[in-house]
Amino acid sequence: MEQKNTMHEERKTGHRLWKARLSLWWKAACVNARLFREARIGMIGLVIIITFGIFGAAYPWWVGRDTGVYDPVVGFDDTIIRHPSPPSLRHPLGTDMVGRDILSQMMSSTRTAFVMGLVAATFTASIATMVGAVAAYYGGFIDTVFMRTANLLMLFPFLAFIPVLSAMMEITFLRFAVIIGLLSGFGGSTLIVKSKALGVVNKPYIEAAKVAGRSNIHIIRRHVIPNILSLSFLYMMFSVQGAIFSEAILSWLGFLHIRMSWGIMLYSASRAGYLVGPQLSRYWWMWVPAGVGISLLCAAFYLVGRGLDPIVNPRLRRR
Amino acid sequence: MGRYVVRRIIQVVGMTFAFVTITFLILQAMPGDITNLYISPEIPPEVRQALRERFGVDQPVLSQYARYITNFLRGNLGYSFRHYPRTVWDIIRERLPRTFVLFFTATVGYFYLGFTLGKIIAWKRGTALEYTTTVGGVFLYSLFLPMYALLVIWFFALRLGWFPVSQFITPRLWRGVEVSSNTIFGYIILSAALFVALMSLVSVYGKKYSRTRKARRNLYWGIGGITLGILVTGWGISGYAHLAANIFHHLALPVITLTTGAFAGSMLLMRDSMLETIKEDYVMAARAKGLPDREVRDRHAARTALLPMVTSFTLAIASVLNGGIITENIFSWPGMGQTLVKSIQTNDWPLALGTFAFTGIFVLFAHLAVDILYAVLDPRIRY
Repeated sequence: MEQKNTMHEERKTGHRLWKARLSLWWKAACVNARLFREARIGMIGLVIIITFGIFGAAYPWWVGRDTGVYDPVVGFDDTIIRHPSPPSLRHPLGTDMVGRDILSQMMSSTRTAFVMGLVAATFTASIATMVGAVAAYYGGFIDTVFMRTANLLMLFPFLAFIPVLSAMMEITFLRFAVIIGLLSGFGGSTLIVKSKALGVVNKPYIEAAKVAGRSNIHIIRRHVIPNILSLSFLYMMFSVQGAIFSEAILSWLGFLHIRMSWGIMLYSASRAGYLVGPQLSRYWWMWVPAGVGISLLCAAFYLVGRGLDPIVNPRLRRR
Repeated sequence: MGRYVVRRIIQVVGMTFAFVTITFLILQAMPGDITNLYISPEIPPEVRQALRERFGVDQPVLSQYARYITNFLRGNLGYSFRHYPRTVWDIIRERLPRTFVLFFTATVGYFYLGFTLGKIIAWKRGTALEYTTTVGGVFLYSLFLPMYALLVIWFFALRLGWFPVSQFITPRLWRGVEVSSNTIFGYIILSAALFVALMSLVSVYGKKYSRTRKARRNLYWGIGGITLGILVTGWGISGYAHLAANIFHHLALPVITLTTGAFAGSMLLMRDSMLETIKEDYVMAARAKGLPDREVRDRHAARTALLPMVTSFTLAIASVLNGGIITENIFSWPGMGQTLVKSIQTNDWPLALGTFAFTGIFVLFAHLAVDILYAVLDPRIRY
């Protein structure tokens, strides 16, 4: 009877605990949202990202009207005799030298950029969180191995490394995203996340959990990782930016096999000789949209990262 | 301190070894060898085989690796496949200084700009100046670098015609000159290094011999002016001054692009770190003493706030080769980044490996130097 009662009690408090956790979580989310809104810089970034999201989502509608004309890769408009043609009603951003619509290329590239950025960032954040937590918690040999790897990878000029890989296999955009995610996950991000995790590992509650007989895996999962997750999320933003930027650079140098992206747009324009000398200003629509797209989206993720900064590092808050 | 340095040097050597090994294996996995350069039906298979044997690429990977490492330790990096009679070392020796000078100037430039602007906007927090500088800086920072470089080329080189579009020298000027551009470039580096060394000596030892700040400033400007005068006259007498100026003229545009494009990162970092320092008690004390505002900012707050900048300087060095690949390709600056991309495109793996190894060593030792500098600067760190 006694035992049954305590079990009942436990279940009740367990139920309440769940409720209390939810309300705490909600409160924290509200505070964070307020902090984020206060730093206007982050809101600007968020608005830009959402705008790009809508822009990318409009792709099926824009291209679906006439796939023959508006397809970003094989489209051709035969009503116009000379390509590249300047912006017109039919093609709001003009066409490129083989008669493809620049606006639909832009929309297609936005989708590529989003998927690639998210895949890369997810890989980076999850690897950096796990490696950082494990290295900080166990220390010693594991720590040394991971930190040496991170140092070596940071040293590695991956912009030069991917061309080497591209000679070995076809680098599609998903493979590229995974490679970038792995490189930056085991590289620089790990160092930063680990230094934060070190602070967490030395907190008294970790000691308490150890005394209470919790297993190492449980402690890492329930006590270490939740406390460094916010920092990983911040680095996810910077990782998206890094992925988009390096994709653009490598495509622009002609090393990647991607169907359509901002980098590819610049690459084809530059290969066809539209990015030299006076052509730059005469055929501006060949490179301005893609350049603006890369710059704006990268800037937006950077701004969101900066806006998240005071939430993740309470030290930076205005006092 | 001595033990720390020794330990770090051992680590650096180990990492260089690991780096070279990994790069070697990755490059080995690339398909193709020297015979790919001569794809032509007229070359009989025997000749192809002879070529392979001659360059040792017919042997198993492990023995190639062993031979490469032994030669590497002896300082022999082998021959470039593409520029055949030239050795890899010869090509690197020609191109490393160019990359080094370009990035050293640009990195120091943008860190200095970021440092100065960062401390000013932190001091004037909440004013219109802060917002305009931050917005402008972040705007330039987030521009896609190749596009920004193209815009800069278009505006300064084509529209205004102030600077040459690309390349390292103007061939027309150098026709009939019996010295090579590298010799001239070497002398430029030498004079700059002499000047910097002398000025840092003066700034270190000047404190001993000049009591007042004014005397120190006079000493500094006096010696600086005289040395600069001697150097300029020396160049003028040598008759190669216009050639040196030509190199500087070509250097200007990439440096401007990199500096203006990247200063915002260090500016924001300096601002954050400065905002932390301003809250400290000793800054308050300095103000209470009635020191001029500028004095408090520069000599009491900014000095402490400088430390995080040193850390980020380390990271900036690591990205030199990445930056080099972009900048050198746009400006056709014949340095390590361009060499690397070209050698990979043409399967010239000895050259690619040599370039990788050299940049790796360069970055590692730069890291080491910055770490030691950090230990000297930060009195809290003692080994």
